[in-house]
Amino acid sequence: MKRVYVNEEWCLGCHLCEYNCAFANSGLENMVFALKDKKIFPRIHVEGEDRITFAVSCRHCEDPMCVKSCIAGAITKKDGVVKINRNKCVGCLTCVLVCPYGALAPGEDGIMQKCELCLENSCGAPACVTGCPNKAIVYEERSGDQ
Amino acid sequence: MKRYVIIGNGTAAAGIIEGIRNVDKEGRITVISGEDHHVYSRPLISYYLEGKTDLERMKYRPDDFYETNGCEVLFGKQAESIDKDGKTVKLCDGTVITYDKLAVATGSRPFVPQMDGLEKVKKKFGFMTLGDALELEKVLTKDANVLIVGAGLIGLKCAEGIYGRVGHITVCDLADRVLSSILDSDCAAIVEKHLESKGVSFILSDTAASFEEKRAYMRSGKTVDFDILVLAVGVRANTGLIGSIGGNVNRGIVVNEKMETSIPGIYAAGDCAEGYDSALGSNRVLAILPNAYMQGFTAGKNMAGSEAALTNAIPMNSIGFFGLHMMTAGVYEGEMTEEKSEEGVKRFFVKDGLLKGFMIIGSTERTGILTSLIREKTPLDTVDFGKVRTLVSNMIFTREMRRKKFGGIV
Ligand SMILES: Cc1cc2nc3c(=O)[nH]c(=O)nc-3n(C[C@H](O)[C@H](O)[C@H](O)COP(=O)(O)OP(=O)(O)OC[C@H]3O[C@@H](n4cnc5c(N)ncnc54)[C@H](O)[C@@H]3O)c2cc1C
Ligand code: SF4
Ligand code: SF4
Repeated sequence: MKRVYVNEEWCLGCHLCEYNCAFANSGLENMVFALKDKKIFPRIHVEGEDRITFAVSCRHCEDPMCVKSCIAGAITKKDGVVKINRNKCVGCLTCVLVCPYGALAPGEDGIMQKCELCLENSCGAPACVTGCPNKAIVYEERSGDQ
Repeated sequence: MKRYVIIGNGTAAAGIIEGIRNVDKEGRITVISGEDHHVYSRPLISYYLEGKTDLERMKYRPDDFYETNGCEVLFGKQAESIDKDGKTVKLCDGTVITYDKLAVATGSRPFVPQMDGLEKVKKKFGFMTLGDALELEKVLTKDANVLIVGAGLIGLKCAEGIYGRVGHITVCDLADRVLSSILDSDCAAIVEKHLESKGVSFILSDTAASFEEKRAYMRSGKTVDFDILVLAVGVRANTGLIGSIGGNVNRGIVVNEKMETSIPGIYAAGDCAEGYDSALGSNRVLAILPNAYMQGFTAGKNMAGSEAALTNAIPMNSIGFFGLHMMTAGVYEGEMTEEKSEEGVKRFFVKDGLLKGFMIIGSTERTGILTSLIREKTPLDTVDFGKVRTLVSNMIFTREMRRKKFGGIV
């Protein structure tokens, strides 16, 4: 299964992936209109300090704790992709309590959102990957993946 | 073809069904469902009253769940007894069902202590089932005074659920603080203050001793007038079916890591079961939804002949009231360190070089990283744990650990 991987050494910490993610999932066509002067709620987050930075997004785990723990049955895994039905989520944050990667966070409305690999928005391929200026984020299949 | 029978139709049962089907696509599954509902998310009953979800969205699994998984469900039927030698289950209506493998996923029931005059109270409710919530909903009025007995998770969630639909809410508890099973005094005080700021009143270290139709006489001598009474004192695991046939029962039905009870061919999972708590290092009932699912899934796989063990279950709760979120996990043993900020408080418990537990109120970002340290028993000298004081993030791991964790290019 193809996943989003981050090469920490190449990450510049520029946060562009966060903006590209927020824009890709905004449903809007104009980036300025979608993001300007707004607090963004991306599904990928750059962590780190000083010279170490790296972006983190959902790993689409083999055995996802979030799916097993969601109190609303709102998270499911199908064809390798872990998705949230935002219509069912009640914002209890149990999934945040159990995700070992710290990979998901609520959106502006307090309802959970997470990386769904841009398969259903207009991008069709992860926007964080396409837009990374240093190619630190890749979307690929790796041997040894479970 | 194997015949599987599941008693109960909650989250644990859903886990059992999915666990069985993970291994065996053929066998016959019969579900005995005491409640006359499609499997629903029990914790959502307060969100339902609050208007944050509805009966459709509360369904824990899609409408075609039983069909897709080839299950026959007997709705509104109680299992009355088990014949462990004949391998049958008898229902309340006399029907007898044969099994090869049986799972007990009967959950828990409210515990109501002896209180004089309780029978005189007409508008009294439990808060455990969808049925309870629907009954309670019928009597909610904008000017009603509500007394909730029990300041635990269920009582406070009920308060939040009905808050916008009633006049005034009073919550009483024998404990000296709210949420006494998951919070210490200092943390509980923050939550209590927050609820009080919304207008909820508390009477703590005190409880109702006796009742008239619309009045409670407290042990302390106080009286509380109410229109609606909600009893959320505590719960007891439904262990009777196993206890009555000589199975090993403690606070819950005792199970091993494979979810086997002491009776061959019979498994148990969820709130009715007492499994291994790896933070505590011994068995206890972990009455939380994630555990019900994981125990159920483990039981199902084993019932179908696979080998599965649940070895790293721990208590963990994420819960919010009126916008204030808190997360707790593990056990509160060892040395406590505290981090206070404007956003809230974090308390970490460290023992023998391991994170054993935490209580976090307020800033809950990426807390799952901490939960995984407890579950995986990660030695703290292999990570930069000091960093979590300011920010919980993957920076606590070494580059090498991150590489492994995230599958980075080596
Ligand atoms: C108000 C409320 C809020 C909660 N909030 C949270 C939360 O935020 N997070 C969390 O993790 N957990 C929460 N919980 C706990 C969580 O709901 C339970 O841990 C979980 O539902 C347990 O699932 P279960 O399948 O073991 O039992 P249950 O969901 O109780 O299902 C057991 C079923 O078995 C049936 N049954 C019992 N005996 C028989 C019989 N003899 N024959 C046939 N059927 C029978 C019962 O009718 C019931 O439907 C909450 C619980 C409540 C009540
Ligand atoms: S949200 Fe976390 S637990 Fe769920 S699949 Fe993604 S990385 Fe795994
Ligand atoms: S926050 Fe939403 S998605 Fe996460 S566990 Fe709660 S209900 Fe499920």
